[in-house]
Amino acid sequence: MIGRNSLFGPVDPAQEAGYEDHPPRKGFFTDTSICIGCKACEVACKEWNDVPDHGFDMLGTSYDNSHSLNADQWRHVAFIEQPRRTGDQEPGLRQPPVDLGMPTVAPNGNEVTLPDGTVGEKPDFRWLMSSDVCKHCTHAACLDVCPTGSLFRTEFGTVVVQDDICNGCGYCVPACPYGVIDRRKGDTDGKAVLNEGVAQKCTLCYDRLKADQTPACAQACPTESIQYGDVEELRERADRRVAQLHEAGIMDARLYGNDPNDGVGGTGAFFLLLDEPEVYGFPPDPVVTTKDLPHMFNRATAAALAMLAGAAISFLGRRG
Amino acid sequence: MSPGVERSGPANERPAREAVIGSEGGGPARRRKGGRRRGGGGDRSMVPEAEFTSYYGRPVVKPAPWEHDIPAYLFSGGLAAGSSLLAAGGDLNDLPALRRTGRLAALGALGFSMAALVHDLGRPARFLNMLRTVKLTSPMSVGTWILSIYGPFASAAAAAEVVGMLPEDRLPRPLRLLRLTGRPTGLMAGLTAPPVAAYTAVLLADTATPSWHEAYRELPFVFVSSALAASGGLGMVSAPKDQAGPARRMAIGGAVVELLAEKQMERSMGITAEPLHEGRAGRLMKAAKVLTAVGAAGALLGGRSRAAAVVSGAALMAGSACTRFGIFEAGQESARDPKYTVVPQRERVDRGEPVRYHG
Repeated sequence: MIGRNSLFGPVDPAQEAGYEDHPPRKGFFTDTSICIGCKACEVACKEWNDVPDHGFDMLGTSYDNSHSLNADQWRHVAFIEQPRRTGDQEPGLRQPPVDLGMPTVAPNGNEVTLPDGTVGEKPDFRWLMSSDVCKHCTHAACLDVCPTGSLFRTEFGTVVVQDDICNGCGYCVPACPYGVIDRRKGDTDGKAVLNEGVAQKCTLCYDRLKADQTPACAQACPTESIQYGDVEELRERADRRVAQLHEAGIMDARLYGNDPNDGVGGTGAFFLLLDEPEVYGFPPDPVVTTKDLPHMFNRATAAALAMLAGAAISFLGRRG
Repeated sequence: MSPGVERSGPANERPAREAVIGSEGGGPARRRKGGRRRGGGGDRSMVPEAEFTSYYGRPVVKPAPWEHDIPAYLFSGGLAAGSSLLAAGGDLNDLPALRRTGRLAALGALGFSMAALVHDLGRPARFLNMLRTVKLTSPMSVGTWILSIYGPFASAAAAAEVVGMLPEDRLPRPLRLLRLTGRPTGLMAGLTAPPVAAYTAVLLADTATPSWHEAYRELPFVFVSSALAASGGLGMVSAPKDQAGPARRMAIGGAVVELLAEKQMERSMGITAEPLHEGRAGRLMKAAKVLTAVGAAGALLGGRSRAAAVVSGAALMAGSACTRFGIFEAGQESARDPKYTVVPQRERVDRGEPVRYHG
């Protein structure tokens, strides 16, 4: 039942949940270095899982119009524009000057007129694009704190909400260290919304997995930035990929979520990033809150006993 | 389709997956700090504002989707628990006014609590799903079961109290029997009350909300002492002066411990204590401290004046409510600002001390 690493540390989540004979753990390896920001994953996810589509606004955040992972956004493509290069990448902004033997207006191809009227050098530029998703943590705080048992661990080691059980208490929402799961709001125009008031997030296409199919987002990804498979195999593949990029001089490349010894016991969906995690909106060192639960329980027990003692002491002494 | 070719290209070859972006030559890439974004708020702090990176300043973690029902429940749950203790003590020490006030207040506060808890659900009709499992890793599940044990005792004690207030000769016989259950149920309510006041601290702390989680060491002590201050205050307001002694001592003790525990809590929270001093949460916490200190001073120095007791008791109750709303709001604010999630974690990583499992 409660094992040594039940709350923290490396563990096989499906085994831990009590599945004796289960398929290998499934997950995603999202290699952001080859993401082209097409959002096919977002669309495929919405189509397959019947996720409401609304609230797409351009808010001056590059090409990001879906803003965050939430109850109605189970894949979210982040766009980051940076004044720097990836490796020795040529951003395409700096055209090499070609002498056509003609009179030229700009003396130098690197120069550009800036918005304030001054002439400056064209900046370095790179675009980071990353398709974010539920991490399907080894130690999933959302699942730990769910009071109804609506959130459960599947035989594939993933974490799924049972829509017909969830009573919308919302406890999983602040528990998630990545801010993924959310309670679905009703539509403002009063129309009925599927699973309104219920916690919603990526299921890693549980229905497709059971039919031996690839999750919709990975199936739709044209560059195979989203790779689906056995977590163990994906981790090896990710290690090779990072080594390959480092060899090519892209020293920014690093893995995020692949370490079974990290604060959440490693994630089922992990990433190859080209900058610090917080640049993409990830927490740099997430920890499952229930890691501290035994300590919290002890403190609360001590406080409860202190309260009882305090009340008893109040009755010593004069009546009036 | 020719043999050896799949939809995604030649079999066993993954050209796209192997694409090396930006690799014309090789050589180490430059590391530069870019896209740093300053966090908002924080003009009172003496230390320079922490620099950190975020994704367009958007939150990393999500604030709880809870309305004011929840902080109101934190207060009413504490008030119910403290009142049951007051009632049990009053019963054992022959102080009928404290017993009566305590039992009735406990029922009222409990009823309000249940209504608030159900109202806050996304699907209130599925409230009973809380009882379909017992889950020790979920403070909300444990809390539900704590309330399920405490609730019937507190309700039965209050029912006995109400029956006892009716003229005896008019009562049907079964109801007269009910009065006999007042003492055992009241004592059981008192014994099961402290967990009701304490678990709510774990409820908040067992989240990724920075200003709640980082407070987990002291928060249970803040909450139980706040509960004692509030229920002691209620006893002072309602009990005649010849029975109010225990309520006054409970109120003063609770208030003093609450102020001390809260101070210690802020010291241990690091940067995540900031939201307790800013904006609405800051105003609530300031009000809580003033009301609690004034209430405690009034209870201590007011002598046996009835008016002083009523004013002090009311101030203590208001102070307790402000504490709950303040801590609730501070947590929500800490979730909305990525600073409180990113900065402590980034500092850990930069110190070379990320949280890792070490066997």
